[in-house]
Amino acid sequence: MLDDKTGEYAAEDGTEAVVPLMEMRNIVLRFGGVVAIRDISFDIREGEIRAIIGPNGAGKSSLLNVISGFYHPQEGVVIFRGRERAPMKPYQVARQGIARTFQNIALFHGMTVLDNVMTGRLTRMKSSMAAQALWIGSAEREEIENRGKVEEIIDFLNIQHIRKVPVGRLPYGLKKRVELARALAAEPELLLLDEPMAGMNVEEKEDMSRFILDVNDEFGTTIALIEHDMGVVMDLSDRVVVMDYGRKIGDGTPDEVRNNQDVIDAYLGVGHD
Amino acid sequence: MIYREAGDFKTNYREDGRTFPIRFDRWAYFATLAVAFLVVPFVINDYWANAVLLPFLIYAIATLGLNILTGYCGQVSLGTGGFMAVGAYACYKLMTGFPDVNIVFHVILAGGITAAVGVLFGLPSLRIKGFYLAVATLAAQFFLVWLFNRVGWFYNYSASGQINAPTRTVFGVEVTGPTTSAWATYLFCLVFVVICAWLARNMTRGSLGRKWMAIRDMDIAAEIIGVNPLGAKLTAFAVSSFFVGISGALFFAVYLGAVEVGEVFGIQKSFLVLFMIIIGGLGSILGSFAGAAFLVLLPVFLKNVLTGTLGWPTDLAAHIEFMIVGALICAFLIFEPHGLAQLWRLTKEKLRTWPFPY
Repeated sequence: MLDDKTGEYAAEDGTEAVVPLMEMRNIVLRFGGVVAIRDISFDIREGEIRAIIGPNGAGKSSLLNVISGFYHPQEGVVIFRGRERAPMKPYQVARQGIARTFQNIALFHGMTVLDNVMTGRLTRMKSSMAAQALWIGSAEREEIENRGKVEEIIDFLNIQHIRKVPVGRLPYGLKKRVELARALAAEPELLLLDEPMAGMNVEEKEDMSRFILDVNDEFGTTIALIEHDMGVVMDLSDRVVVMDYGRKIGDGTPDEVRNNQDVIDAYLGVGHD
Repeated sequence: MIYREAGDFKTNYREDGRTFPIRFDRWAYFATLAVAFLVVPFVINDYWANAVLLPFLIYAIATLGLNILTGYCGQVSLGTGGFMAVGAYACYKLMTGFPDVNIVFHVILAGGITAAVGVLFGLPSLRIKGFYLAVATLAAQFFLVWLFNRVGWFYNYSASGQINAPTRTVFGVEVTGPTTSAWATYLFCLVFVVICAWLARNMTRGSLGRKWMAIRDMDIAAEIIGVNPLGAKLTAFAVSSFFVGISGALFFAVYLGAVEVGEVFGIQKSFLVLFMIIIGGLGSILGSFAGAAFLVLLPVFLKNVLTGTLGWPTDLAAHIEFMIVGALICAFLIFEPHGLAQLWRLTKEKLRTWPFPY
């Protein structure tokens, strides 16, 4: 935790100091009279897979939207890389190295898969308008360099064969994968996945789980994900936050959460056998 | 048989990203350019220049401009006529104010001035979208025409309220004024068209174009990957208005020579250019040309057929012509909403496997 007095990080027992990649502190988010998030605090450590679970309407997506700058909380602070973050626009958040996917696929339907993934590199493409208009020097060089990186991602996610297909023509499962590719192309430090496996069959879920683990392994990307499939969540994640009615009711490793009575009451339920 | 990409391998990303990745297309493109520059100027006459080629070339620039704004960036604009008027009046003021400067610079500067005006009227686009933005640009259309009608400074206080293009030369050849020759005006416009198309293609193939298209397809997702929506929309307005301004300047200075703003750059012009990009194909450079060609050629063709071949009275032919053009626009919206460019794309896909489709 960030110590208020010293301004430095120290573990609660005072032994080791781990600076989390991102910390949310006492976040309160209201829409008029509706309180979407009530006093939520948690952190995301570098390199981990952090799951956020909870029943529908618990405020999970709102929380992700706070991180990515769509909503600005009325109270509380967001701390990224040890520094308090001023209220930001989504595109500024993206430039800090935070990428995300959406619950309902948010791809650019008129563009090809390749162009969609290339948009993930936009924050890194800096050539001026004049250079692009004349297509000289930096514009072309930058395009080719970034294309190389994008092709690596395309290889990684196994979507070479649909490279030049307009996204609108693809089936659902592949669209989800293209959206992940676009987020990965930005080489983010923190990747937010909003229900990456919604509406998939078992095989597609397995594929997607493997991709998520591989991303975490190979690129060392920190991942925060929202998911409803408990099997997937418990297998994938290092730590889990459980939300209900905008409150945090549990936080810990999958095993701790699974045995937490509040979580069982609110969300997991008990087997009747 | 004639259209194959088999054996046409690309071994690096540069080749894969070319404008014409298929060899046949590339040759067709160079052949078209060669004919346009080396053959047409020698066979052109006044009728072809004034009825077909000049309007086609000048509208092609305007459609390129509007296509960048509407087709690529998804911002509907009904202010094209007004922005063309800005180009025309800027060009007129520059021509009369600085008679020693070459007309080429006047035209380009007129584009720059229109770009600035376009950005100004593009500012509301951050807040309003779709139909509401269309209405806001409509306000620009009416305001600008009103401004050029009312403020005498713009037409140098001439008694008629018209603006007239004085004679100007490029390399000693007259390109504006009453005594120009057809080939000179044609070549002058052609050079502008080729350069504008090249610039438009370059801007839409790289990161700038992807920003625009991202805003068009889903603005929320565009923001999340780091596109500043205001920046992207305003650059689209600027580039679009630049092209539209150039086309307005050429329309006035080279094509018409004398302009009465309400008549020439009224709301009909905005709709005409909008129809051109819809029929040609939104978000396509080729479509811009196809749409301009279609709506310039069709009335000429119909008039020739109806009055020339069939011998109908001119007024009847004119009305029938309106009806046919209108019906065709409706038919296009229903059967091929992606326009002529999409038809061409489909044809190409068929041609690739012709005559043995699998």
